[in-house]
Parts: sequence; C-alpha cells; structure tokens
Amino acid sequence: MDAEITLRVDGQRRTLSVDTRTTLLDALRERMGVTSPKKGCDHGQCGACTVLLDGRRATSCLTFAVANDDSEVVTAEGLAEDERPHPVQQAFLDNDGFQCGYCTPGQICSAVGMLDEVKAGWPSHVTEDLDEPPELDDEEIRERMSGNLCRCGAYANIVSAIREAAE
Amino acid sequence: MKPFDYQRADDADSAIATVSGDPEARYIGGGTNLVDHMKLGITEPGKLVDITRLPYDSVEALPGGGVRIGATVRNSDLAASHVIRQRYPVLAQALLAGASGQLRNLATTGGNLLQRTRCSYFQDTSTPCNKREPGTGCSALEGWNRYHAVLGASEHCVATNPSDMAVALAALDATVLVRGQEGQRRIPVTELHRLPGDEPERETVLEHGELITAVELPAPSESSRSTYRKVRDRASYAFALVSVAAVVEVSEGAISHARIALGGLAHKPWRATAAEEALRGAPATEETFRNAAEAELAEARALRDNAFKIPMTRNTLSAVLRELTRQEGA
Amino acid sequence: MTDVSNSGKLGEPLERLDGPAKVTGTARYAFEQPVDDPLYLHPLQADIARGRVVRIDTSPAEALSGVHTVLTHENAESLSSRVDVELAVLQSPEIGYRGQVIGAVVADTQEIAAHAAGLVEVTYERHPHDTVFRSDDEIVYTPDGSNPMIGEDLDRGDVDEALAAAEYAVDATYTTPAEYNNPMEPHATIAVWESAELTLYDSNQGSYTVRDMIAPTLGMDPQRVHVFAPHVGGGFGSKGVPHAHVMLAALAARKLEGRPVKCALSRRQMFSLVGYRPPTRQRVRLGADSAGRLTATEHSALEQTARVKEYAEQSASAARNMYVSANRRITNELAVLDVPVPTWMRAPGEAGGMYALETAMDEMALTCGVDPVEFRVRNEPERAPESGLPFSSRNLVSCLRQGAEMFGWNDRDPEPGVRRENGWLSGTGVAAATFPSFSIPGSKATIGYEPGGYYRVEIGAVDLGTGSRTALSQIAAEALEVPVEAVRLHLGSTEQPRASIAGGSSGTASWGSTIVQAAREFRAEHGAEPAEGAETTAEAAANPAAGEYAMNAYGAQFAEVAVNADSGEIRVPRMLGVFAAGRIVNARTARSQFLGGMTMGLSMALHEHGVLDGRFGHVVNHDLAGYHVAGNADVGSVEVSWLDEHDPHVNPMGIKGIGEIGIVGVAAAIGNAARHATGIRVRELPLTPEKFLI
Repeated sequence: MDAEITLRVDGQRRTLSVDTRTTLLDALRERMGVTSPKKGCDHGQCGACTVLLDGRRATSCLTFAVANDDSEVVTAEGLAEDERPHPVQQAFLDNDGFQCGYCTPGQICSAVGMLDEVKAGWPSHVTEDLDEPPELDDEEIRERMSGNLCRCGAYANIVSAIREAAE
Repeated sequence: MKPFDYQRADDADSAIATVSGDPEARYIGGGTNLVDHMKLGITEPGKLVDITRLPYDSVEALPGGGVRIGATVRNSDLAASHVIRQRYPVLAQALLAGASGQLRNLATTGGNLLQRTRCSYFQDTSTPCNKREPGTGCSALEGWNRYHAVLGASEHCVATNPSDMAVALAALDATVLVRGQEGQRRIPVTELHRLPGDEPERETVLEHGELITAVELPAPSESSRSTYRKVRDRASYAFALVSVAAVVEVSEGAISHARIALGGLAHKPWRATAAEEALRGAPATEETFRNAAEAELAEARALRDNAFKIPMTRNTLSAVLRELTRQEGA
Repeated sequence: MTDVSNSGKLGEPLERLDGPAKVTGTARYAFEQPVDDPLYLHPLQADIARGRVVRIDTSPAEALSGVHTVLTHENAESLSSRVDVELAVLQSPEIGYRGQVIGAVVADTQEIAAHAAGLVEVTYERHPHDTVFRSDDEIVYTPDGSNPMIGEDLDRGDVDEALAAAEYAVDATYTTPAEYNNPMEPHATIAVWESAELTLYDSNQGSYTVRDMIAPTLGMDPQRVHVFAPHVGGGFGSKGVPHAHVMLAALAARKLEGRPVKCALSRRQMFSLVGYRPPTRQRVRLGADSAGRLTATEHSALEQTARVKEYAEQSASAARNMYVSANRRITNELAVLDVPVPTWMRAPGEAGGMYALETAMDEMALTCGVDPVEFRVRNEPERAPESGLPFSSRNLVSCLRQGAEMFGWNDRDPEPGVRRENGWLSGTGVAAATFPSFSIPGSKATIGYEPGGYYRVEIGAVDLGTGSRTALSQIAAEALEVPVEAVRLHLGSTEQPRASIAGGSSGTASWGSTIVQAAREFRAEHGAEPAEGAETTAEAAANPAAGEYAMNAYGAQFAEVAVNADSGEIRVPRMLGVFAAGRIVNARTARSQFLGGMTMGLSMALHEHGVLDGRFGHVVNHDLAGYHVAGNADVGSVEVSWLDEHDPHVNPMGIKGIGEIGIVGVAAAIGNAARHATGIRVRELPLTPEKFLI
C-alpha cells in the first residue's frame, strides 16, 4: 500500500509516494538517493542510520517513512554548509575520528544531536547529580555516544573530536 | 513484511474503535520495537494506527503531589523532565540506562511498557517459541538462556521482560491508565504484566484495542531515597543481566519502608515483596540486606546458563541497599 | 635495502584524502552506486543444518506483484566450476549447514522481495547433524597445513622429558569462542549484466580476488568481469574472498539482463554467509628452569572447520618463534562440523593463539616468581627458533621496556586482589604481540604524467577503510619526489592494474613496493621532467631478502582493569600499546590502525561470543544486540606508541604491516590484569561478569 508523503531533507522539500512498509532510512537511501545515512543493522542496534529528525537524533531504520510525513530530516551531508564542514565534522577530520567511514555520518549526526541535548541540560546514565546541568567530560561523551557502534575502533578519537567540537 | 494500511489517529476514540474492531490492527507509537518485530516477521499487522499525535505528550503535576505521564511522552523527554529528575530519580536513571540516545528520542512511555522480550528464540521465526507460536515449544528452556528468567518462569516460557523503565515504575507503585471501548480503567503497573504460565503469548492484561493513555505516579515521600542499578555486559547500550530499582526510607538506623523491583529476572518487572518484608523495621546492616536478598531469591530456579543471576542479584541488591541507607557524611 | 629517502612525506600525519567525503557521508559504498532501475535480491536460507531440499514451492512468492524471479536449485543455471562450494550456489538440493543459501527472490523493491521470501515454502529431508565444537576423536583430524601457508606440526627435542625435568611447569587449557567480523558495512553487491559483460559494485578486500574467483565459476573470460570497490566499510577478513551473495546477484543479473540487481546481506545473514573466526580450544604446556628460562613449550590447538569447506586457522603458529625453548611441540587439529564456513578475521591465528600463549606466559611468570615483563625479556630468542634465521628486526624487548616505563609498570605490586576503591578491584596486565610481515608479489602499478602537471598513479588495490588511499599517495609522492598534491591515486577496481588482496596486513608493503618500483622505472624511462602522456607500468621485484630473514612486527600490550566486587562487571579504563612495526608511513592513520586493533582486542576480551545452538546449528545471538561488540563506553584511555624502527630487509620502504598486530595480545593483557585485580584466573573468553562473581 502506497502513501504520499512530504519530507524536508537537508533543506529541500521532497514529495514522494512510498510503500507504507518503507522505513525512513530506505526512503532516503533507495527512493531519494540520499545515502549519507547508512544501513548497518536495520534494527536499531548500531546507530549508523542516525539522522536529525525534527532536530533530534533518531534511528531512521526503526521508523516508517509514512509516519514521518511533514518531518524535517537533516543528514550528515546536510550539516555541511557550502562545502564547509560542520564544526563536528571538522573535529572528526582533525582527530581522525573514523577509518572506514561507514558509521561516521551516523556518529556525526548523533554527536550534533547529543551536544544539543547537553545544552538543553539533559542528564545521562553517568550524570552524578540529576539536578545539576551536566558537564561534558569524556565519560559523559562515551556514554552518550554508545548508541553508535564503530567496528574500526575509532572511539578514542571520536571522543577527542567531540570534546574539541564542544569547546 | 506483508503490506499494511497506515492511519494517523486524530482522536483517541476513533483510534480505539478502529483497533478494537480489527483483530489485525495495532497501535504504533515510536515504533522502535514494533517496526523491528514487523521486519523480523514476529508480528504481521494489517493496519497500523499511529497514536503519536494524540494529546498524551505531557508530564503533568497532580493534586496531592503525584504526576501523570502521558503515554506518548518520549523516553528522552521523560528522563529530562525536571519533576522526574528531582522527585523520582529512580525513574530518570532507569530510562537513561535503557537503549541509546537516538532510540530514547523515538520510544514512548506506553511503548516502553509494552516492549516484548528480547529472547533470541522469540526473535527468530525459524526456531520454535511458545510466545510467538503457542504450542511449538520453548527453545530457550534447553537452549541458550543466559539472559533468561530465574523467577516466575514456566515450562512454557523462560523469557524476561527487557524494560528498565517498567522496573522503576514497579518500585514507584505506578498506575497505568488504559482506555478501551468500555471506558477507562486503572491498572497497578505491577499487575499490567503477566507471568508466562501456560499462556506466554499473553504478556499483559490488556485486551485487544485497549490503549495506554498515561502512567500516574503517587507523590514520593520526602524522606525516601531511590536509585536504579543495572548490571549488563556492555558498559552501555545493552539489556540488563540484573537490575534493581529501590526506594528506601531509613528512620533511626532502621529501614522504615522499602519498595524494590528487580529487572532481568522474570517475565515481568519483579516486585520483590519478600525482600521488602524482610527489610521492614530491620536495622540497616549488611546482614539485613543479605537476608532480604536471600528471602527474595529463595524460590529462584536457574537454567543451564543463568545460575549466575542468583548471586549477582543478591550482591547487587545488597550493594544498592548499602548505598541507599548510608548515612550522609558517614 | 631501505633506499627510499626519508624526505618527510613518509611518516607525516597527512589527513585522510577521503575524509571530507566520509564525514559528510557522500563517499559512496557498493550498494550506494547509482544504477538505473535496479531490482533487489533477497537470499533464502536453509532452516536445517544438514539434509536436502525435497520441495521448494516458489509460486506464492512469484504470484506477488513486483516479483521478477525466484532462483532455486531447480532453475539456477549450471555453473562452470564448483570448486568453491561457497560460490557454487544452487547447484544441488544438498544442505551442509544451517543458513546455507537455497534460493533468492528478486523483486522491484526490498520490501516486496523480503515479503516474497517469507512466502516460499520449503520441505526438507532432515539428516542428523553435528554442530557442537568439542575434541571428540570422531570429528577431529590433522590438516595438511594451516592458514596461510604454514606447514605441518613441529616437534623438536623431547618436550615430555623436558617438562618432567622442569623446575616450574604450567599446563593450562584456554578456549576462545566463535567471533564474527561484523564490519559496519554489511556485505553488498550490485551486479549489472550488459552485452556479455558483468560489472560488480562490490564491498570487498580485493577486486581482483573477486574477479579471479567469480569468472571461472561463471565460465567467463576474466576480462569480461569488472569489479569496483570504491569505498569499503570495513572487512577485517570477511570480505577477503567473495561469498554466496555475490554469485546470487551475478546469476540473477544474468537471468534478468538489463536490470541491475542489488543485494545487501542483512546483519543476521552475515552470521552464516560471510565467515567468522572459528572457536578454539588450546592447551599450552610450559616448562622453565630455576632461572626462569623456558625449557619446554607445547601449544596444541584445536579449531572448528566446516564439513563443506576446510578452513584451518593457525592458532599455535606464533608459539613456533615467539620465545626460546630447546624443546618445542606445536600441533594443530581441526574439528569438522556441519557449520558455516569460517574464514579470516583480524590476525587469524595470532589473535586467538597469542591469547592462550600470553596468558600461559603470565601464569608461568607468576609460577617462577618473575615479573611478567622481565620473564618475557629473559626468554627472548636471538634467532627465529624454528628456522634458525636471523630476524630482519625484532624489538619486542624495547617495546616491553618502553611500555613498562610509559605505563608505570615498574612500581607495580604483584599481589592480586588487594587494590580496592569504591567497590572496584583494580589490576594491571601485560602481554606481547607479534604478527608476520607479509608481502604478496604480483601487483602492478601504472604511473602516468597528466596535463595539469600531476601524476596519475593506478593500482587495483582496495582501501577497506584503513587509509591505503592516503598512505599509497604518500609513498608515490615520496618515490616520485613530488609533493603529495601532485599525485592522483586511482584504486579499488579491476580497471586499474592487478593488485593483491588487502589481507594479512600486507597491503601497504606489497602495493607500496610496487608503486616504488613503478616510480623508479617511470623516472628511468621518462626522467625528472616527463612529457605529458608519459606512462610506465611496473611490477615489484621479489624481495631478495625473503627466505634469509624472519620478518615480523612486535608489540607490547598493557592494560588496567577494574572489576566490580559485587557484580563482577569488568571495565578497562586504560590501555597502552607500544609497537615495533618498521617505518610508519602516516602517523595519523597508523595510530588509528593500532588504536582500532586494540579496541577490537578489548571487544574480543570482554564481549564477543557467537553462541551456537547445537540442536538447530545456528548462531543464536545473530545480531548486534545479541552479539556484543565494544561500544564507546567500554573504551577508556587508549594510548598508542611505536618505536622508530629501521628494518633494512622487509621491503624498499622498510615498512611492516600494522593492520592486525594491534589486536594481538590485548585479550591476554586484559585477562592477566583481571587476574591481578581479583586473583581469579579465567581461561575462557570472553571475560563476562559471571566469571568474576564471588
């Protein structure tokens, strides 16, 4: 069964007809040619498909495209402006926060969303005092980024990149 | 996945009427569990009714000091809510111990309560499972059951409930508000989930078409302390081997009140009433904690791979009680 | 023979050339290559571990609108070669392991293909299967040799007599589980068939390897098979050879000529179709004299293999040359089972084997009462024990000494179980690492001088994410004596000259040597100021020093571990790796390679465990929620350091491979640290909390 939906993807308004079974991830990758979000597991277990959905980081593999009609999607590609990388992207480059690059767009969207969450004062599992605004130390970064697996093992560099971008 | 019809619900009554009237229809919230299951072929709804735009997305203070949490409040928003952080830290901690940031942004309160077991055999349609296909047998009983139940299991199912949030809600004496075609009813959260018995396919007492609209928490006692402790294989982003939610009050060196729920051990969040009983009025000592844990675990039955959960629970519960009863400055 | 001058290009921490494309996600991997009007293939897999398909009813699937074909053994074309059983798909109804491919649905969309796959009805004849890894005689045999080209078992001196006479002895058995490569990018292929030419956009570690294996299976002239692997999202060995899905896509594309066929394996499918590190059971017996010198070394390894195709992991091989020992026995046996085919996974042999050997070394150091660093130093051989050859360079002792200094090892109190803070017990451990320095001959490179004043360098090597694109550009710039900006490197496909596989940590050495040779010949032919269009293709000469020296990289791994005294949870707050791996081509990407290897080693130590259910023959935890790999919060401080090692023999650049040594020894260092923390010696990976519960 098909349904017509409109999405705003990386600033562009796109209207398309999708099978109701199509996930947001597959709609982006296979229907719209937006391959920046990656499919690593297709079950919300790796984070490679993370995009900013209406401003918040979300796994695009576990939500149907049809349920996101009228939503705003920003991918890692859309974070860069006029060929200029986003500060988080620049920090990943500076700190070699990746190797194969497959988890990277998801890591970066996740990091951008996560930094906003910290700015909004959201606590994490490792935040000692739930009443105080969290301080973004390495332990906080590691915990908050744990939904993004990296098999090349770039975590230590990802943490330095995010620490640097947050400063 | 077979094709399905998708509808976005504008009001609860018509959503409830639609789902109640169609055995193949299901509600969908954040989708983090349902979409997964549809991909795996575990469930094949013919119609999805999306309830995320229903007006159940706020956390409200109740007269008398409690709070009402709307069913579509996202897990991340609930964990960040100031009233929850300040007055029900055990709930905020449990939410933050679950899943990942990007999943908590999608997952809802109602959906979290209804998430189904992560038993590997349940999630694999190529292996027998009584929960998925009643009567086919339980593959986990004699199989890989490291994550499985040691309390309240049956020969038909040894699965565990994976929710962290629900364990905290059980320790908080939460009430689940449910609407159906017959009207509204209130279910204590400890009675929402069932033990498997001989009907493991029925995980909750909800009837088809009933919709969770909210969860209410009673006012917390000002002198109580609470915490959530989760033991898992990875430091983050892993289901519990064992978890403990505890709300404790100490008065003059003795435990005046304790509410404890355990996760990772049973088909439902396990309210540890035997441990609570053993603690009530007892001095806050190591011996008391251990006795309480032993009392709760007296009926525990280990499977091939999960015997460790019994000492792990005993130790973890003792450690949590030690932490919560520690005198400030001591 | 190091004769490429160190003018600064080699060793510089040049940023990854594909970095900007990767951080924006615009680098396109195999499945993302733009093709017109593609079809989607969904593999069908056997639900039994052994037997045959009696009936396969595809009609309900074919009746779905949008389904183009359902391939089965009944309608698939007969292949020209069935030598490789993984590639000889759909040639018979026989089933040799659960998860084996028994068909494929091809449809207009992924959703339709997946739906249709669930509608195919299969009737099996079940045969008894045996999938439980164990050491029973009925399933155990001795292979002719083991991976990659290691000969028969070794038996020098009299191990039994030496053990009986030894002052100190250790006899312990270690087990490691099945581990799954799980690159983040699932294995994927797009097959396009046009005018009797097959084009594959494929995620692999060697486009020529794919061509060499696929072409004969299809009975094709290799020149008509074109393989492109522009960006690869990791492989760690599982993408070293093509697997069944590549053939399925090729067969479907040939049948449905005109429409490209896309196939990406699901994470679950990867657990049965793309290989894994086989489980091992290893017995290590060591004998030492009163001075703490090894007199006897025995390493007997048993690994799992598949009945349908032999894979002989070489777990005991490192013990052939690691330490002195006048008496030495090395044996390797396989247990053959009805299981999916194992394959290479990062440091095959060394990763599992050095876990056992280096844990045993720790046990022996404690038995002798010698500090574990000092114990290894005492047992350092002067020449390679097996062959008697000199080492081209061996700086293990310096790695250990420098590491001990950096890590603060020298103040360590050896007493176990005494450091406790906030409910956590802490300890430290060390282990040695080694990995052979391989170089694979036969690669070619072309260098051309282009309008605009840049050098086009072409080599059909694959960068699976390690940074080869960047490192090879640096090597080319160095060899041509031009700035890196003047080099444009083209790699990844069979459109460039033949290159060897990205495996065995051999890539940079093999391809780099080739590029150096091509640069030399280019300069000899065309001079320092070539004309536009000047071009040279060359192949590297064989290394004259091969066979005269034992060539290996070495390292020392240090770990600090904390174990929760109540729950048994184990954390690794700190790791240090010090390596001696020849000359480092790019300090930035090399550091990431070591770091990545060490992180995967931590993952192996604490988490990774494929659980096979013998009743069904499948891996029960076949997804990333069940099969844990280390997440960000599992990794603490990781420090990487290397020695400035000059090896005049390995190759013209003096470089050794670094892709694998980072994982070697980590699990032992962590296990040894956990023992120091708790007093509990665990000899079974992974080190999960229940093993430390008191």
